Amino acid sequence: MRRVATAALCLLLAGCAGVQSSMDVAGRQAGDIKGVWTLMLWVCGVMYLLVLAFLGWTLWRARRPLADAPPLADSALSPADRPMQTALGGWMVLIVVGLLVLTFGSFLVDRRLAEAGARADLNIRVTANQWWWQVEYQHPDPSQGFLTANEIHLPVGKTAKIELVATDVIHSFWVPNLGGKQDLIPGRVNDITLTPTRTGRFRGQCAEFCGLQHSNMALDVIVDSPAAYEAWRARQLASAPPPVTPGQARGLAVVQTAACANCHQIQGTEAMGKTGPDLTHVAGRRSIAAGALPYSRGALAAWIADPQGIKPGAHMPIVQLSPADLNGVLDYLDSLK
Amino acid sequence: MSGYRIVGDVSPLADHGFGSRSLMWWGVVGFIMIEGAAFLLGCAAYVFLIGHTQPWGAGHLPPSLLWGSAFTGLLLLSDAPNAWLSRRAHAMDERVTRTGLVVMSVAGVLLLAVRAFEFTALNAKWDQDAYGSIVWALMLMHTVHLITDLADTMLLAIFVHTHEMDGGRYSDVTDNCLYWHFVVITWLPIYALVYWSPRVLG
Amino acid sequence: MSASRPRAAKAAEMSALHERLERTWATPPGLWGWLTTVDHKLVGRRYVVTGFVFFVLGGILALLMRAQLARPESGLIDADRYNQIFSMHGTTMMFLFAVPIMEAMAVYLVPLMCGTRAIAFPRLNAFSYWVYLAGGTMIWIAFLLNVGPETGWFSYVPLAGPEFSPGKRTDFWAQMITFTEVAALAVAVELIATILKQRAPGMTLARMPLFLWAMLVTSFMVVFAMPAVMLSSSFLISDRLIGTHFYNPAEGGDPLLWQHLFWFFGHPEVYIIFMPALGMVSHITATFSRRTVFAYPIMVLALVATGFLAFGLWVHHMFATGLPRLGNSFYTSASMMIAIPSGVQIFCWIATMFDGKPRFATPLLFVLGFIVTFVLGGLTGVMLASVPLDLQVHDTYFVVAHFHYVLIGGAVFPLFGAVYYWFPKFTGRLLNETAGKWNFWLFFAGFHLTFFPMHILGLIGMPRRIYTYRAEMEWGGWNLAATAGAFLIAVSAVMFVINVAAALRRPRTAGANPWQASGLEWATGSPPPAYNFIYLPVVAGREPLWEEGETRPVMEGLSSSEREILCTSVVEAEPDMRHPMPDNTLWPLLAALSTTALFIGSVFNEWALVWGAIPLTACLIGWFWPVGTPRRKEAAA
Repeated sequence: MRRVATAALCLLLAGCAGVQSSMDVAGRQAGDIKGVWTLMLWVCGVMYLLVLAFLGWTLWRARRPLADAPPLADSALSPADRPMQTALGGWMVLIVVGLLVLTFGSFLVDRRLAEAGARADLNIRVTANQWWWQVEYQHPDPSQGFLTANEIHLPVGKTAKIELVATDVIHSFWVPNLGGKQDLIPGRVNDITLTPTRTGRFRGQCAEFCGLQHSNMALDVIVDSPAAYEAWRARQLASAPPPVTPGQARGLAVVQTAACANCHQIQGTEAMGKTGPDLTHVAGRRSIAAGALPYSRGALAAWIADPQGIKPGAHMPIVQLSPADLNGVLDYLDSLK
Repeated sequence: MSGYRIVGDVSPLADHGFGSRSLMWWGVVGFIMIEGAAFLLGCAAYVFLIGHTQPWGAGHLPPSLLWGSAFTGLLLLSDAPNAWLSRRAHAMDERVTRTGLVVMSVAGVLLLAVRAFEFTALNAKWDQDAYGSIVWALMLMHTVHLITDLADTMLLAIFVHTHEMDGGRYSDVTDNCLYWHFVVITWLPIYALVYWSPRVLG
Repeated sequence: MSASRPRAAKAAEMSALHERLERTWATPPGLWGWLTTVDHKLVGRRYVVTGFVFFVLGGILALLMRAQLARPESGLIDADRYNQIFSMHGTTMMFLFAVPIMEAMAVYLVPLMCGTRAIAFPRLNAFSYWVYLAGGTMIWIAFLLNVGPETGWFSYVPLAGPEFSPGKRTDFWAQMITFTEVAALAVAVELIATILKQRAPGMTLARMPLFLWAMLVTSFMVVFAMPAVMLSSSFLISDRLIGTHFYNPAEGGDPLLWQHLFWFFGHPEVYIIFMPALGMVSHITATFSRRTVFAYPIMVLALVATGFLAFGLWVHHMFATGLPRLGNSFYTSASMMIAIPSGVQIFCWIATMFDGKPRFATPLLFVLGFIVTFVLGGLTGVMLASVPLDLQVHDTYFVVAHFHYVLIGGAVFPLFGAVYYWFPKFTGRLLNETAGKWNFWLFFAGFHLTFFPMHILGLIGMPRRIYTYRAEMEWGGWNLAATAGAFLIAVSAVMFVINVAAALRRPRTAGANPWQASGLEWATGSPPPAYNFIYLPVVAGREPLWEEGETRPVMEGLSSSEREILCTSVVEAEPDMRHPMPDNTLWPLLAALSTTALFIGSVFNEWALVWGAIPLTACLIGWFWPVGTPRRKEAAA
């Protein structure tokens, strides 16, 4: 009773809605899984109630006056023995039937989830690193593919097949509103299929303990209308806009010559580092540092000035920049929409 | 309950027994079950890793068949005096038990020597790759049991020559022979995996 | 064996017998006695106390975690420290509390329930305790010195490998495993031998108490499961120390090899923890319902079935790793099937109370708490068995809720019930009933307040093993509730400790059988004398003390000047042989110290395995070198 009541309460109070909630379905896969959850809740709920009912009846019966007799050493001597054996038999049958129903339901959904990956409209490759996500949109024509980081856009109603790899330790890709999770394991290529069914902004989070900043390895997932998605795609395909103001020019120069270019890549510039997130369109993202801070010029400033203060243990070193250089860098990066 | 009613007297019972009548046998069998599980899992790990290197054993010559087969042959041969020793110890034959324990000690030392040569001819190092690691792991696991059984055999051999034997000690000898059977049996799948799978699958 | 006409034992002869047996079996007082004892009751007691100390330490770590998570971005504990804390919490609870405490209760109770004078291999038993203590001490010292494990209680590679977990932290963790597994395996072998070979005459397998069945199956599970974790942790240490590549995908290894080996152990491990508790529940239910447990044969079958099935489930911990779907489906079915024996047992316990005359003393209250809590946990386990659903809730607080419901509900509640039940036998005093009821209700309320919200947190997106979370996630409310519950549990634990401390100061007035129970452990004093039973009890049914008449049938004839026990046949428990038992000796402690040096040394250098083997061998020779009277007595015709 407690299970059903509280779950119901949770739903009533809209405490289960959210940008990272498996109960707030926004994708076909999450919807299928929620079907399993509902089946489970009912079947398991009924079984639990039956156990509590039997226990309750027992406690109620215990209130009857009890004759002072020697303890019963032989079960067969009790008049209740045969009826209880029958009841036990019935209980076993009930358990088996219940489990068969649940297994079958689970298997059906499992099969549905597997079939979804057969025809993908979109191919993405996600590479997990400590503690950020590299996202590569793939296309048979290489010039139509692009790289981004920590943010995924998906067109609503279309099926995306996401290939999952890891370079260092095991991570797990999980966007609960859209579907279940899948691990990214060094040495293996896994994949997951997502078919979002409504637009919106959602949040994913790494779900396999991956070290110091496992807690701060989130992922923004935005489901767009087809038009909005195409617009976003076109923006991502474009190289970084050239600097316009003197501040931006100074910023670009610093980025290309200082430590930044060692790790980061900005398409269309000399910054071609591969070990850190791609920054070509960083200003167009919702957040930075894998969800550590919502994007803003100020957040960027705080991050560059002291990444260790925001995400202790992150692999980004503190890069000493003069205030003028820093301002220039911020001007430039802020222009990369 | 107002008192005890004595219904039997156990003092006439024997104070030693062989095989599953003896507690020590259960201890040895328990140890065998544990180590057997470890060997099984080690072999399972070996088989698991086969799928990760195509072909299996690539980059290495297979382990030298000469030394591996020599060891296997000698080990199987050693089980004959072992079985004979076990039967005679069960019959509490002191003379044969003494000789048998010495024979088994010598056999054990010989086998260890051959094992040492096997290690030099594995043609893989434990830190080269997963293949090398698992080959060394299985070989080392078996060698540890070879050494502990040999140590036990030698200690019993010393005891038998310096003390009066009694039922309990004869029982210990038969238990040790059981352990030797285990050392022989567990070698066979390891021999097949280590020496033959790279040849068959490589 | 001569069939003497039954005769009554006389008081005078009993008194003289008691004197001689005391002299033969007693542990001398003082430090020497404490270090050299091989008495299973003394070893068992220290095992229990040590286990509870680790429970408290693990609980304090939990309180720290809950304090940190009570508010979003609380900043109380930094990431590195938090990672060590949650790793130590799991490690302490699983390896240093849960398994050892069940083994400890068994070490104390099993020989008494069998009606024998000693546990099989008493020196090994003493050795096992010292090794356990050493391992637990080592890892806690490491933790306090900031070199504690940081990669979780299951320490996945490559995170726990040489590249991503530098330093000695994970090495200490891996070696602690070796310590605790050696200790557990030793006890398992002792219990198998004791239960199969040292049962009272007449205690056939079909008459064996359910706790003995539970411990027998548990011990076999230990024997077959623990080698898996010993192997995997040895592979881990060698990857880290000498450059092997078992788990290195770049050189043909596989991180999933770790997961397979670990969980092949890890899943049976939770049944190893849970099954002894099932035995305890049966005894408490029978005693406080004043009737034998309903459907004994089915109960035994359920235990055995659970033991077998437990080995077929491990892949359900790996559903998100991308293994082939067909394989996953098999493990879904197997994981669901194990609900059947458990469900059957729940029915049988409730049926026993239904048909009996229940008396709701504290032990039975803990049984009721067990039923309500464990069944819910078992049902969320059925949910987790479904691959699609698991893919949503795996590695979230839903799983944290599930396993606390089954482990605390399924093992800790019965354990507390067992402590309240057998405390008079261990110590000769009863625990206070009123305090016991407060203890129970506080624990029950605190438990559900702490862990029920975690189901919801998992469903609404909170992953495991995070040291903080953002305010906008709206997880703060449920987390705060969970923290409040944790402090309630802490209060209940304090009550328990006070109850125990107060009881120990009272005189020993409990008597041999304060609960009028039926097992052989209640057929001797509270606490039992060093020699356990003055005569060997003989058994004719499943509930000996309820079935005996005016007098208790016993056998005499074991030596009272030398330590010996009676071996009986495996199935029918017919008297077969007398077997000597060792005197008090320092060798187990010395061997444990050598073992400790060998294990700790090999954390730093692999050659310690070779050099450390030398003193260990010397100790083992000293231990096993045959001393004492030669045994060559044949059975009289």
